[in-house]
Parts: sequence; structure tokens; C-alpha cells
Amino acid sequence: MIEIQNLTRIYGTTAVVKDVSLTVETGQIAALVGTSGSGKTTLLRMINRLVEPSAGRVLIDGKDTAEIEPHLLRRQIGYAIQGHGLFPHRTVAQNISTVPRLLGWTQDQHRARVDELLELFQMEPADFRDRMPHELSGGQQQRVGVARALAARPDLLLMDEPFGALDPVIRAKAQQDLRDIQRQLGTTLIIVTHDMEEAVTLGDRIAVMDKGELLQYGPPSEILTTPATSFVSDLIGTGDRPFRLLSLTPVAEIIAEGQAEGAEIPREASLRDALAECLWSGRDRLPVEGGGIVTLDSLRAQAAPTARAAE
Amino acid sequence: MAFRISRTGLLFALIGLAGLALPFVQFKPNRIVPGEGLRLFDALSLPLGWMIGLVLGAVLIAGCLERWPARLRLTVALLSVIAVTLALGAAATQLTPPDNTLARVSPSSGFWLLLLAFALMLADAQSRITLGLPIRLAMLIGAMVLIAVILGSGVLDGVSVMREYAARSDLFAREAAGHLVLAFGSLGLALLIGLPLGVAIYESPAMRRPVLGILNILQTIPSLALFGIMIPIFGWIAANIPGAAQAGVAGIGLFPALVALFLYSLLPVVSNTLTGLIGVNPATREAAAGLGMTRPQILVQVLIPLALPVLLAAIRIVLVQNIGLAVIAGLIGGGGFGTFVFQGLNQTAMDLVLLGALPTIALALVAGIALDLLVEATGGAPKGGQA
Repeated sequence: MIEIQNLTRIYGTTAVVKDVSLTVETGQIAALVGTSGSGKTTLLRMINRLVEPSAGRVLIDGKDTAEIEPHLLRRQIGYAIQGHGLFPHRTVAQNISTVPRLLGWTQDQHRARVDELLELFQMEPADFRDRMPHELSGGQQQRVGVARALAARPDLLLMDEPFGALDPVIRAKAQQDLRDIQRQLGTTLIIVTHDMEEAVTLGDRIAVMDKGELLQYGPPSEILTTPATSFVSDLIGTGDRPFRLLSLTPVAEIIAEGQAEGAEIPREASLRDALAECLWSGRDRLPVEGGGIVTLDSLRAQAAPTARAAE
Repeated sequence: MAFRISRTGLLFALIGLAGLALPFVQFKPNRIVPGEGLRLFDALSLPLGWMIGLVLGAVLIAGCLERWPARLRLTVALLSVIAVTLALGAAATQLTPPDNTLARVSPSSGFWLLLLAFALMLADAQSRITLGLPIRLAMLIGAMVLIAVILGSGVLDGVSVMREYAARSDLFAREAAGHLVLAFGSLGLALLIGLPLGVAIYESPAMRRPVLGILNILQTIPSLALFGIMIPIFGWIAANIPGAAQAGVAGIGLFPALVALFLYSLLPVVSNTLTGLIGVNPATREAAAGLGMTRPQILVQVLIPLALPVLLAAIRIVLVQNIGLAVIAGLIGGGGFGTFVFQGLNQTAMDLVLLGALPTIALALVAGIALDLLVEATGGAPKGGQA
């Protein structure tokens, strides 16, 4: 569990982060969202003390991070950034094994770990181990960057716009993969993004920041249905709101009794996918794999914030 | 099939043919008086001079044609350089009367122009072939071995410069060592002080302007003026501070020369260190810190390896600059090849000046090429690695 308590950072006379407090439960993903200059990156960098807080403290599993030497603290926390920051003069394997080697793992241990991670990220170890970073595609570089951050099996992973440099198609895949790997490893993840879509896709909790202040911190459905301020609703974008809301819930949750014609959709598909399928095929009800149906009416009800509030 | 004229070939031919027309050697009754100029055709005994002259002329004219393969051009140019050098040796041997130790045969304008023409042709041909690093390294070593073999074989022993050498071979070895101490010693000192200084001003940007400003001013002081300033200062220190003179501090000699070269070296070392470090992608540095490397680890494992090509470029600049500048040390008794240059100038003995100048040039060339190869070996491969 990560507890951020009254964290403040002042540069000169301006506070770039003002008295922010929030808690991230173990194994959850928290997305810090905001425009540039909102203080979200500074907040992230105070967690691993790349920036020292002016006031306040960070507790990781109850232990105050200020009591640990910064470089030793950082070796316990995974860190991945935009543009991946791979060392261009080191091979993929050397890059990934950076933290294990700093921690003094034996050669056998970190070699095995490199291969394990490459397989986890669907890169054939024999093929990729000895490549230099410039011999990889953008998506591969990004995956190696995340693999490097995970190398020493940290319980906490910090990511600053990790998908910022990827094109939309690869980005969607990378987000999905990250989500899967995070679930599999049970890592607590704090991710900084300026993209509300990404925050909604990945976050169990979303923290919206503006001008150094935390405006709202809650699950995506709450952010979407009851934005705390006009800034938060602007950030969500009113046009896409119903679709984002639908994308949060799987079909399985609103299955009704009944029969319907046509192709089935999977239980784990989102309501958004179901709505799209209804509109595209001109049907008002869809059969769900394993029995039951979803109706257009129920989808419509789920897309409105009033329905959520009543739950 | 059109015979196109190569413009560079034409230039080389004009230089070389002028060389054939001008005196190849100077024959002097002794080492100081001006001598009588002899063309290549006249300098060598009858059939040999004409044969070599005509062949060289033919090569120069044929070199004007565009259609030569670069490798053939390279071989022919190399053989011609050797032929011109050997012709000089032969002319010296033939012209010097037996048992006459005073007479001197010196290379003259014709020899230098011919050598220049074929050296240019060689360089031109070499630049047209893309050769791998190992081959170019082998070529550099081969050239050095070739020069050593020619000098060692004694064919040039009759030439005036070699006569000067023969009279001073012990001294030559000493001054050569002195020259190397000056050039490499000042480089070593500059690296010892300049690298940490470069790292320091990288870490604290506020210090960049003042430090680089001072080094820039140092760089603009003419070397003679710098000696002028240092002689009284170091003289005073040596006389008044106990232990200083024992430690080598002196107004003239090796110490001020080394200090002057060191001061001139600081700016390139410091500014290239800074440039190299600034050139490292900020994301790379950020990642290194974020992964838990300590500051020294970031410097040693990430920043310096990535800045290495720029650092080596600085070493190249400084080494070549200092090999040349070290000649000036001869003026204040600092040793090195400059000793011969200034002795020669005082005695109006140009052969002695050459004895100092030629090895200096050769040393600078070898150092420059060797370091170019090294820069390429370290920096050439991972280009484009940083997004």
C-alpha cells in the first residue's frame, strides 16, 4: 500500500504540488491525469525521491521513504519513462539486468531473469538478448523499458507517460499487455498520463490534478459520472463520456434472460463493444456466449450517469 | 569510349611536372652556403635520372585520365612516392664526392613538389576507396614500417638531413623523447584536470560561463607572450618558495613549456567534455537515476561511455595541436624537436631545421590518423541509437 500524505513541492515561490494526499492499495493501478504543468510528474518523482518533497511524506507499506537512501529506495521501485530511456550503448539483456546487477545478483540469476522477462513480453530471448536498443522498433523499445523496470521484481512500478511515443495501434496493445502483466504479477502501479482515455482504460483509481492540486481521486466511473469540478469534466470531454462509461463494464454484468438472433459476443467484452455491435448490425438485442442476452435498452440505461448513481 | 580528364589528376600533374622542371636537389660545398640547384635529370647519373624522370612524368600525365581504378592509382602513387624518395638518396650518394665531409646535398623545391604531387595522389586515391578499420590501421602501420625500413637501410644517408642526424643521433633520441614527454605529458595533465572540470561545470551550469570564459582567454594568449609572463612568475616561485625548484619549477626549460601546452589544452578538453555530456539524451540520464544508480555510477557507466566519441575527438585535437606547439619549447630550452629548429635557424642551417620539422610533422600525422581511427572505432557503430 502506498500512502501519500500532504505532499508538497515548492520551486522558488511557486508550489508545483500542493498538499496532495492519496492512497493506492496493493495490486491496484492509480492513474495520475492532468494537463502539462499540473504537477503530476513531480508528484510521481517524489515517490522515488528523484524530487525531494518540500513537505509531507510517502509511506510504502507503512515505511517512510525518507528513511531509505534515495538510490537504494529506487532499486526497490520500478521506473519507466516516456521515450523508454534505454541505454543506447548496452544490449537489451544488459539494459534489462541493470537493477539486478546493481543489487548484486549472480550472473546466472540475472541471465535467467532477462530471459524470463523477454518471454513475458513476447520477445524471443535468443533473438533479442544481444540486440542494441537502436535495432528495435518503438514498441519493442518500450517493452524492454518496462521489462527493465520490472527486472528486480519490484512491488511498486512508477511509469511516466510510458506509451507517449507509441502510435495508437501499438499503444492499445501495449496498454492491454501492461494490464495483463500487472494482474499476473500483482504489482502496484502508478502511471502518469495526460490522456483521460488511457487513465480510464488502465486505472482502478484516477487522480485528476490541476495547478498542483488534487481535484478528484476515485474510480473511473465516479470520475466520469460525478466530476468534482468543471476542469475534471473538461478533461473527460463531454462528447465521449457515455462511451467511456460503457467501456468500464463487461457484458457479463448486465446479462438478461432471453433469446436473440445472430453472432454471439464474449462475456468479457465491454458494454461499449456491445453497443457498437448493436448499432453496426442493426439489432436491438445480442446473444452472449454461454447464454443470455444484452438489450439495447439496458445498454442505453448504463450509458446515463443517473442509472449508475442509483446502483 | 571517351577519355575524361580528372581535374584533381590535372592539378597533381601540374604540381609534379613543375617539380620535374625545378631543381630536385641543392648541392652545397658546406652546410651553410647557398648551393647549386640540380634538376632530377641532372642530379642522377645519365641513364638513371632520365629513366626515373620520364617514368614519373608519364605517371603524372596518365594520372590525368579519369578511368583509373582507385586501387591501381593508390599502388602507383605509393610506388612513385617511394621512387622519388629513393631518387633523392641516390642523387645524394652520387653527387657527394668521396671523402668530402663538408659537402651537402639537400632536397630542393623540385623534390618537395614531386613528393607533394604523389602524396596528394595517394591521399586522393585512398579517399575514394572505402576501407574497413583494420585495413586502414594496417596501412598506417605499414607506412610507418616502410619509412623505418627506408631510413634504416641507409639509402638516404647521403642526404643532408640524414647527415645532420648522423652527427646528432644521441641528441636526436633525447629530443624525440623530450618532444613526446611535452606532447603526451601536457595532454595527460589536461585530461587529469580538464575531465573533472568538464564534469563539474556540467553538474553546475552556473559555473560554465566563467570557466569557459577564462579558458577562452588563455587560449588567445600567443605562446611567446605566455612564456614571457611565465618566466618571471615561475622564476620567482623557484627562487622563493622552498622545495619548488627541487620539484622542477623553473622560469625556463621543460616546466614552463609543459605548463603552457597544458593551459592551451584545457579549453578543448573541458569544452568537449561538456559538449559530450550535454549530448547524452536526458531520458537516458533520467532512467539511470530512476533505476537507482548513484551519481558516480551514472557518470562512469552511462555518461562517460556515451560521451566517449566527443572526448576522443578532444584528445585528437589536443594531441595534434600539442605535437606542433611543442616545437616552441625549443625556444626556452624546454627540449623537443624545436631544439633543432631553433638551432638551425640561428645557424642558418636549413637542414638542421628540417631535422626538427620533419619528425614533428610525421608525429602529428601519425597521431592524427591513429586517433581518427580510434574515434571511428568507438563512435561509428551505435550512431542513431538515441531517438
